[in-house]
Amino acid sequence: MGMKQRKTISDIVVNGVLLFLCLVWTLPTFGLLVSSFRYKDEVRRTGWWTAFSTQRESETPRFVLDNYLEVLMGRDFTYTSATGAEVRASGDDLSQAFLNSIAVTVPATVIPILIAAFAAYGFAWMDFPGRKVFFTIVVGLLVVPLQIALIPILRDYTLLQLNGTFLAIWLAHTGFGLPLATYLLYNYISNLPRDILESAFMDGASHFTTFIRLILPLSMPALASFAIFQFLWVWNDLLVALVFLGARPDVAVLTQRLQEMVGSRGQDWHLLTAGAFITMILPLTVFFSLQRYFVRGLLAGSVKG
Amino acid sequence: MATVTYKNVYKRYGDLTVVTDLNIEIADKEFLVFVGPSGCGKSTSLRMLAGLEEISEGEIYIGDRMVNDVPPKDRDIAMVFQSYALYPHMSVYDNMAFGLKLRKVPKQEIDRRVKEAGQILGIEHLLDRKPKQLSGGQRQRVAVGRAIVREPNVFLMDEPLSNLDAKLRVQARAEITKLHQRLGTTFIYVTHDQVEAMTMGTRIAVLKDGILQQIDTPQRLYDLPANVFVGGFIGSPAMNFFDATLIDENGTMYVDCRDFRVAVPEENRQLYKPYLGKEIIMGVRPEHVHDPEYPPPGITPALVEAKVDVTELMGHEVNVLFATPHTSFMGRFDPRTSVTVGMTKTAAFDMSRMHIFDKDTELAIRE
Repeated sequence: MGMKQRKTISDIVVNGVLLFLCLVWTLPTFGLLVSSFRYKDEVRRTGWWTAFSTQRESETPRFVLDNYLEVLMGRDFTYTSATGAEVRASGDDLSQAFLNSIAVTVPATVIPILIAAFAAYGFAWMDFPGRKVFFTIVVGLLVVPLQIALIPILRDYTLLQLNGTFLAIWLAHTGFGLPLATYLLYNYISNLPRDILESAFMDGASHFTTFIRLILPLSMPALASFAIFQFLWVWNDLLVALVFLGARPDVAVLTQRLQEMVGSRGQDWHLLTAGAFITMILPLTVFFSLQRYFVRGLLAGSVKG
Repeated sequence: MATVTYKNVYKRYGDLTVVTDLNIEIADKEFLVFVGPSGCGKSTSLRMLAGLEEISEGEIYIGDRMVNDVPPKDRDIAMVFQSYALYPHMSVYDNMAFGLKLRKVPKQEIDRRVKEAGQILGIEHLLDRKPKQLSGGQRQRVAVGRAIVREPNVFLMDEPLSNLDAKLRVQARAEITKLHQRLGTTFIYVTHDQVEAMTMGTRIAVLKDGILQQIDTPQRLYDLPANVFVGGFIGSPAMNFFDATLIDENGTMYVDCRDFRVAVPEENRQLYKPYLGKEIIMGVRPEHVHDPEYPPPGITPALVEAKVDVTELMGHEVNVLFATPHTSFMGRFDPRTSVTVGMTKTAAFDMSRMHIFDKDTELAIRE
């Protein structure tokens, strides 16, 4: 058997396994997507794959936008309850929650990145006493689970009357995100070629100028990849938001509202399917617009040049 | 324009001393080359002058000013790095203008200087490009250009040609020499390549293990190496060394290399007299080992018979590697020579160009 042939076979195996994994990974999401467009009674009665069946008993349309309209528009809608009575209920309106989520996520992503980039530069390129000790402490904080910090911080926030404010959750996410951010950015920034920085110093740049004019632009891949991490984590977070923001409608974020949809009307989980897809829009946009950095950022440092 | 002075300079990393008691005075407009094998402290010496490494002990002066505690940007120096260290996200123009902008040089002046430097280096058509769009040679010019526009008192260059291919290196060598003549600024240049050192430097400082071995003009370094290391390092192919003893036989002084003996020329005998009977090291450069059939004029030949081990035809000459039972040596023969591998051949050492080193100190024995 020739080398070439063996190579083709191994290529097929590798690609086959990859394809299989992708399918397994995507299938639930696809089911969710199909369900979100199905008529609510059918969602409850049959599985999503029956939507493609050629023999259907019901005369209701296969796909409708109702779920999305109900979730987004806060429109009045009626449904037939189990007892056969017509029930009127007001739908949901996720737009406020959507805005709240953005108001939480964007600062909670930008603030830790900024602080971490400054810190990483300091740890990597500035000489000060205790540099190693401080850095070890920061890295050590990586192993502290955030759950054990919830109650103490909540008590401090109560004292400071920060509970239920956006500032509270920005600070919380900043604190929880900083160790990883500092560590990741340190790894990247400390691997930037020393010559470039030295050249800048000889050109007359201060540490601050060097940071702004050289380090930040050159660290874009690392910054972007961490931004994706942090953004997704904060956007999908329920626990921290519930603890520090609470469920007041004016501050409640998307994840809380999603959870309420199931909680307050267990029978209406068809709405959850649409809600879930709406919450996914922004993270997906962020991911795809930054993904080229993401790939580069993850590879950064491992490959030279 | 400025002189540079190293005064009893040491550099230590913990217990490791990488530069020991360095004393050099570099005149204004001089082209000084630090040369030595890797790890000899040449780059460290340069980086201390640049302010990128702290000086453990001693003083460094630029002009009359002691710069030990002056930050790099205030030393009025510019440096070309081995990796060029261009700012990858800036255009060539911005790379060169960066230092001037930080120094608040007026915009028109920046523009004038950048364009002038671009012209000198032949890169004015590349000013809008990013470094990654340039070839190695072009990047190297940009790095030089970035140093030129600063109009510094001292140029520092840390192996700026080692990333270029051989042909380009020869060309760039000549260009830097021309640049030095044109700018009339003090240049301090670090290299591990003795050819670069010989061709470019007005003076060369040879370092080994952090210790200055010899500092002199290229010609004197070649003619009068201070010790075995310098003799072997400068010149290519390297000098032949022979462990030998100085003996006296019937009033004639010989260098006895066990396999053969060669007579010491009359005029040197007085000098070497104290070493009679002692072990010494004799050094003879391959270019001073001739084919006796084609001897150049004015040599003091001493004939040595040996077996031909390897021959390398270079075109303009033949490198002949000889082997004797205890040693081997190389000669650079006239290409008309009739040597073939395996034959026994007589080689003519030009004894007027030989060097005698003390066996213990490895220092050259000189007046």
